[in-house]
Amino acid sequence: MSKLLIKNGLVIDPAASLEEPRDVLLNGALIEAVERPGAIPESAATEVLNASGMWITPGFIDLHVHLREPGFEWKETIESGSRAAALGGFTTVCCMPNTKPVNHNAEITRFILEQGRRAGACRVLPIGSVSVGLKGEEMSPLSELWAAGCVAFSDDGEPVWDSGLMRRALEWAKMLGARISCHEEDKKLSCGGCMNESALSYRMGLNGMPKVAEDVMVARDIELARATSSKVHICHLSSARSVELVRRAKHDGIDVSAEVTPHHLLLTEETVGDYDTNAKMSPPLREQEDVEALRAGIKDGTIDAIASDHAPHEQDSKLVEFSKASFGILGLQTNLPLTLELVRNGTISRMRAIELWTRGPAKAFGLERGTLRCGAPADLSIINPDYHWTLSKELIASKSFNTPFMGRALSGIAETVIVEGQVVVKAHKLSR
Amino acid sequence: MRRHLIGIEGLTKEDIYSYLNNAATFVEVSERELKKVPPLRGKTIVNLFLEPSTRTRVSFEIAGKRLSADTINVGASDSSITKGETLLDTARTLQAMAPDIIVMRHKESGAPHFLAKHLEKTSIVNAGDGMHEHPTQALLDLLTLKHHFKERSAGIEDLTVAIVGDIRHSRVARSNIWAHLALNNRINLVGPPTLIPEEFRHPRLFGEKINIIHDLKTGLRGADVVICLRMQLERQTDKFVPSLEEYSQEYCVNERALQAANPGCVVLHPGPANRGLEVSSAVLDGAQSLMQKQVNFGVAVRMAVLFALATGKTVSEGKSE
Repeated sequence: MSKLLIKNGLVIDPAASLEEPRDVLLNGALIEAVERPGAIPESAATEVLNASGMWITPGFIDLHVHLREPGFEWKETIESGSRAAALGGFTTVCCMPNTKPVNHNAEITRFILEQGRRAGACRVLPIGSVSVGLKGEEMSPLSELWAAGCVAFSDDGEPVWDSGLMRRALEWAKMLGARISCHEEDKKLSCGGCMNESALSYRMGLNGMPKVAEDVMVARDIELARATSSKVHICHLSSARSVELVRRAKHDGIDVSAEVTPHHLLLTEETVGDYDTNAKMSPPLREQEDVEALRAGIKDGTIDAIASDHAPHEQDSKLVEFSKASFGILGLQTNLPLTLELVRNGTISRMRAIELWTRGPAKAFGLERGTLRCGAPADLSIINPDYHWTLSKELIASKSFNTPFMGRALSGIAETVIVEGQVVVKAHKLSR
Repeated sequence: MRRHLIGIEGLTKEDIYSYLNNAATFVEVSERELKKVPPLRGKTIVNLFLEPSTRTRVSFEIAGKRLSADTINVGASDSSITKGETLLDTARTLQAMAPDIIVMRHKESGAPHFLAKHLEKTSIVNAGDGMHEHPTQALLDLLTLKHHFKERSAGIEDLTVAIVGDIRHSRVARSNIWAHLALNNRINLVGPPTLIPEEFRHPRLFGEKINIIHDLKTGLRGADVVICLRMQLERQTDKFVPSLEEYSQEYCVNERALQAANPGCVVLHPGPANRGLEVSSAVLDGAQSLMQKQVNFGVAVRMAVLFALATGKTVSEGKSE
């Protein structure tokens, strides 16, 4: 059995409240020991990795990605998406079911798991759909999906508009111990919208998606979770009011978890600028007051996780009139450096930043990962926080290039990424 | 000298007067027996109208022809857009034929920005994009007013302008508001709350200088100019009001409502009008209506715009480069 000793790094493991220089010894696919520097003799290892100047963290977990396979392989495949994930420091990604066919039966779930294993770049965990075909009419076979390996349920992209169906799905999911991840949007309120509804949208003559379209659905799902004592997860929070709704729900003891994307934490609707379709996503970029509220939410624990909502689209679907362009942007390779911007500007500590990508998401979906304690799976990211780079097309491993961060100067990169003891990224390049 | 005319937003008072003064000289051309002057001989203008339009399309075509440019009309049904071609490909195809100006009408806001971003050599004139802007309509409204108020010492300044109706969906309203703000006129937006979002008074849009008034008579009080907007039924504006009958009872600009306005108040309508809905026939056909003059001045304004962009002489355009 190969034993890898990682020396001289700074271990940041929020699950263990640990932020100290530590050496880490891996034994095959598991973590064997985390000890004070020098305490583990090099003779105990078959290989030694010098992590001087680096952070050693649990492998990152992204609760919200679109890998587009099956059905939209020209946008992304499970292979290309999981390679992008690994380069971004991710050892686990949870992929949304809005594929073609939709991930609404065990066969699709098993296909996704198998493609993930075959790609071998990171762990790919499927999210099953709440309703058959994401149509919001009849419930998907939740037990079948759960048994096949789905880790949560969601109709992401579509809200579950039928409150009765949502209630029954929550009750069924509760029996399984699963969480339902909710895309919160009342489509009658956001009808035809393509950016935040505001003075700016009226100025540009674009139909707006009002914040209240999100707020009313967040409120509904919190109340349904309260009524059924079940677990909900609120996807990509974008409005200040929704953050407050989640905060109060948590205060009331409701089992609600929530995520936010890096772009909603860093950008405002002004990014839409001259009708830039790479700034078009759902939910849309909001206003400064919302950015402030979201930042307060990650700071005080209202928001449990950052998630990318990685949504690849081919160039043709973005090189059109603004209202016709597809919703969504890439995220996997920019998540880490964008989150570190929030550390540098004093919003959150580095410990909290790592927590939002490890323990936070692991806890939300009940994943037995996101920690470096002994006996845990050997999923690690070794981060060089001071590596300066600029996002360019050549560096993107995804099949698509839709990001408003192209050309942005970034700091921080995953130097080495280890998935179940296998080194998949070395010197910030894929090792195979 | 900028290359395009995409919006009134960002134009200064001087820019606006520059267009209007040029246009005034072209009014005379349209009154001649031989309605043609040579300045754009050898220039090619494509009128790309991807949304139905009669008066604007014809007006631009006549304007181009009276300046001796070669004008070509492309409509939605005879363009490859109906064959699924993207706007970008259509534009590139046209560009390859080296037109000097593309005049575009498009149902999506931002379409002319998109064209301007992707075409390097061609000037773009916005002939109306979605709910965004319709700059030549605002200019021709101003030229009509300038002509009407030529005896007035302040001309088209120090006016109270009431814009009535479906402000939310109206590119004509937006362009006119920018124009009258540039001229420092008082602006009343009049209509139901569903059709006039409060955001219009936000500092990032038109600001608190404009008034939003939900009662028609109050909104028309003291007005020198009333701009009636078309109820854009194709944008499903009927969903924003309980019923068209109820809307018209509250907001139809009729002779009775006009009594609240200043004596000498004039009425504009960009056309085509829904008679009896947003404006009564008696008003539209009455002495205060300048609707026919608007059409007349439309040609001169468009001549001025085409002339400025094709020759690079005088006036600059809006902020969108």
